[in-house]
Amino acid sequence: MAENIKLEVTRYHPGSDDEPRSQSYEVPLRKEWVVLDALNYVKDRVDGSLSFRWSCRMGVCGSCGMMVNGEPKLTCATFLADYAPGPVRVEPLKNFPILRDLIVDISDFLVKLAKSRPWLIRKESTPPPGEYLQTPEQLDAFKQFSMCINCLLCYAACPVYGLDPLFGGPAAIALAQRYNADSRDQGASERMDVLSHSDGIWGCTFVGECTEVCPKDVDPAGAIQQYKLTATKEWIKSLLMPRGER
Amino acid sequence: MAVPVEYVPKTFRPRLSTYWWLGRWPYLRFILRELSSVSVAWFVVVTLVQIRALKRGPASYLAFQGWMRHPVLIVLNAIAFFFVIFHAVTWFNLAPKAMAVRLGGKRVPSLMIALPNYVAWAVVSAGVAWILLRG
Amino acid sequence: MLDISSHDVLLVGGGGAGLRAAIAVSETDPGLSVAVVSKVYPMRSHTVSAEGGAAGVALPEDSLDEHAYDTISGGDWLCDQDAVEAFVKEAPQELLRLEHWGCPWSREPSGRVAVRPFGGMKKTRTWFAADKTGFHLLHTLFQTSLKYNAITRYDEFFVTRLLVDDGRVQGVVAIELTTGKVQAITAKAVILCSGGCGRVFRFTTNAAIKSGDGMALAYRAGAPLKDMEFVQYHPTGLPFTGILITEAARSEGGYLINKDGYRYLQDYNLGKPEPQPVLRSMELGPRDRLSQAFVKEQEKGRTIEGPYGPVVHLDLRHLGEKLIDTKLPFVRELCLKYENIDPVSELIPVRPVVHYMMGGVHTDLNGATPLAGLYAAGEVACVSINGANRLGSNSLPECLVFGARAGRAAADYAAGQKAPGRQALAQAVDEESRLQEQFLQKGRGRERIATLREEMQAVMEKGAGIFRSGDSLAATTAKVRELQERFGDLTLDDRSRIFNTELISALELSSMLDVAESMAECALRRTESRGAHQRTDFPQRNDNEFLAHSLVYRQAGQAPRVEYLPVTITRWPPGERVYGK
Repeated sequence: MAENIKLEVTRYHPGSDDEPRSQSYEVPLRKEWVVLDALNYVKDRVDGSLSFRWSCRMGVCGSCGMMVNGEPKLTCATFLADYAPGPVRVEPLKNFPILRDLIVDISDFLVKLAKSRPWLIRKESTPPPGEYLQTPEQLDAFKQFSMCINCLLCYAACPVYGLDPLFGGPAAIALAQRYNADSRDQGASERMDVLSHSDGIWGCTFVGECTEVCPKDVDPAGAIQQYKLTATKEWIKSLLMPRGER
Repeated sequence: MAVPVEYVPKTFRPRLSTYWWLGRWPYLRFILRELSSVSVAWFVVVTLVQIRALKRGPASYLAFQGWMRHPVLIVLNAIAFFFVIFHAVTWFNLAPKAMAVRLGGKRVPSLMIALPNYVAWAVVSAGVAWILLRG
Repeated sequence: MLDISSHDVLLVGGGGAGLRAAIAVSETDPGLSVAVVSKVYPMRSHTVSAEGGAAGVALPEDSLDEHAYDTISGGDWLCDQDAVEAFVKEAPQELLRLEHWGCPWSREPSGRVAVRPFGGMKKTRTWFAADKTGFHLLHTLFQTSLKYNAITRYDEFFVTRLLVDDGRVQGVVAIELTTGKVQAITAKAVILCSGGCGRVFRFTTNAAIKSGDGMALAYRAGAPLKDMEFVQYHPTGLPFTGILITEAARSEGGYLINKDGYRYLQDYNLGKPEPQPVLRSMELGPRDRLSQAFVKEQEKGRTIEGPYGPVVHLDLRHLGEKLIDTKLPFVRELCLKYENIDPVSELIPVRPVVHYMMGGVHTDLNGATPLAGLYAAGEVACVSINGANRLGSNSLPECLVFGARAGRAAADYAAGQKAPGRQALAQAVDEESRLQEQFLQKGRGRERIATLREEMQAVMEKGAGIFRSGDSLAATTAKVRELQERFGDLTLDDRSRIFNTELISALELSSMLDVAESMAECALRRTESRGAHQRTDFPQRNDNEFLAHSLVYRQAGQAPRVEYLPVTITRWPPGERVYGK
């Protein structure tokens, strides 16, 4: 293995740059290093002004999503040696406005997440004295969709979100479906009103790349297609039984 | 002594290029998949033309057959045929994603949902081939 | 000019404790305005990486008294027993509330919530959501908090100091990372929920953000920190990264073996090895004893020398692929990814790594500190329910129980307070100038953040680790003092405003140095061994002098002052910690 590898990192400082530029750094090539280790090496020893987000370094907090050689990745779970001999291009997550260097503005996602009403909705005002019963099979029906770490790699991979910033996006819609599919939830119709919309589920053209890049196997594309089927069934029901219980 | 500082950050909004779909193979594959519906429309048009030719009598139908034998048409139809197959295969493979069927507590694998589609396709194709070829 | 906003109750930190407290304030009084001020987006908080589970009495054959006894004995009798009694009573209620809010607890076939055994507990009472309990808990709390309109979030705001006037806390000063603006956020009550400080040490399971900022804020404002010498080492962290391999791997039946394939814990008064896990025995012993056993094995030359230092092996092979994929899928994922090892067929190299701070900001049962208007809950606080050693799966319910209590107490306090005065704002202006002068002006400093941080981590690991001595601690306190001086000579490459993460790293380092100072000093003064604090020069527990919490107060320019506060004993007089029987 070579001693070093070259990183080509996006730099952007809003105060002094009109647009992002690329800066190269030589970092040691260690077999146990992930791309995040290389970025921290630069920050600690070479150039303290390089800014990026990170925290858990074990693929569960979702902070460190970036584009590595054009693919959306968690830099804490992407091994440097896989890119030898390099160079390795590290850029901020695609489809988001760039705040500084490798940091993007994710406030749009937070707004859309809240719009999905991602909480358990029940009709009764007081909960039962014990737990809501839920069998392991019922848990399985939505468990996969609950594994989303909000890393937003799916938004970076979604061309619809890139072309239309009003689109709700894979994670926000998948999270709505997580609650819809939870046997304890009774809020499907409330969420339907919000999401059965051209910027909601119907904006999705099933490119499927969101599922491909998801590091937690959430399968947001699957969630959205399931949602479409449910929405269609509900719409037909509402046509046939206009005054029926929704 | 504090100098008023301009605090409004200038976020940079990168624009998605019109040719975004050329950047990665999965995107190109997606666009081709969507465009394959054009080949379906093409065969619908060809079929309608064929029906009209039939309605107008043998001379008209002979002209139609001559038209279909033209090398350009043959190439066009071959390409369209490939894309219709591509269209059907991608459709069958994606359909299970929308249907989370659960049997006995476990999710039925995608293949088991796609497979009946393929089987039905094969059976219908075999039926059509038998009708066309026996006479 | 300074931006000012005001709220009734302000949370510093948006993790398990912070979000639970925020919701508690809103449920107590929907008219109160709540601010959640966090240096990261809430779903990035370190609660997210907790794996194993959350304890709460659930089965009919279990009882609150037994959970209390396990906790108190696990804490080597340094726990305040009134607090523990309240904790064990409210823990199951809080976990049930989370279930009602949608938390996907793992289930029995009947549909009831499932529980699993855990270290140091005599009965099975740990609720779990596969092996990502903290992740599911945090996301459930965060998503539920979105329902409450009275909660305003200040995401990516770094709090640099508490505003204190007229003997009470009146808000905070924070840097808005996106713009670099220094902002004063006033409040009638402030609750610190900013977590622990594992990053003070070399090897830790903790995320980058665990830099003890909340502890430093309280310490500098004059509130005492408590029991800072008690640092928990988790026995099974991956070498090099320090990534956590949950205790659940052992509660499902994993073995710890040394280089001879021998289950070495049997040599350390932890019982006899059985093929199935036995509660409170062997691999299900308390974390402090297991970590100490590792060091002893290392001294005997029976650990395996790995590329990143000595390790022992965690053996899960006999559990089978099906069990691992159902109960420990994340463990398998982590081992495959970061060690290239499949636990189904290979041994996992593990070593003790710093995991949790038993110590923290001194509070009472309701999260109130001695400083009026200041509350604390979660790992940042020390109530104390964990005493000298925390049992696994007690910290998630701790966040919920005390987050809720602190929220309710702060809401009641705030309702009776008048709005903060203008005097507090003068402090905020001073703070802005201080940040500008100390860090952002072009200086002639020579020290780099990383250098100082690494030296601090190395000396803490060496001198204040699993085993300490008077000499090693004296050397540590001297070194920390030296590093604090050298901190004054710091130079930053980044002197800009917008998203200056280097400035944040510098502020975090300064928090860590203050916290390290308090930890080393308390450890030096406690001349006994108890729980996680093991002195080679004082190997016995000394209840006569030290059945008390250390309270450490900052003294500018000199060593901190340490006082002792007796432990509250209600129904369980101090006894022997017995495991393996």
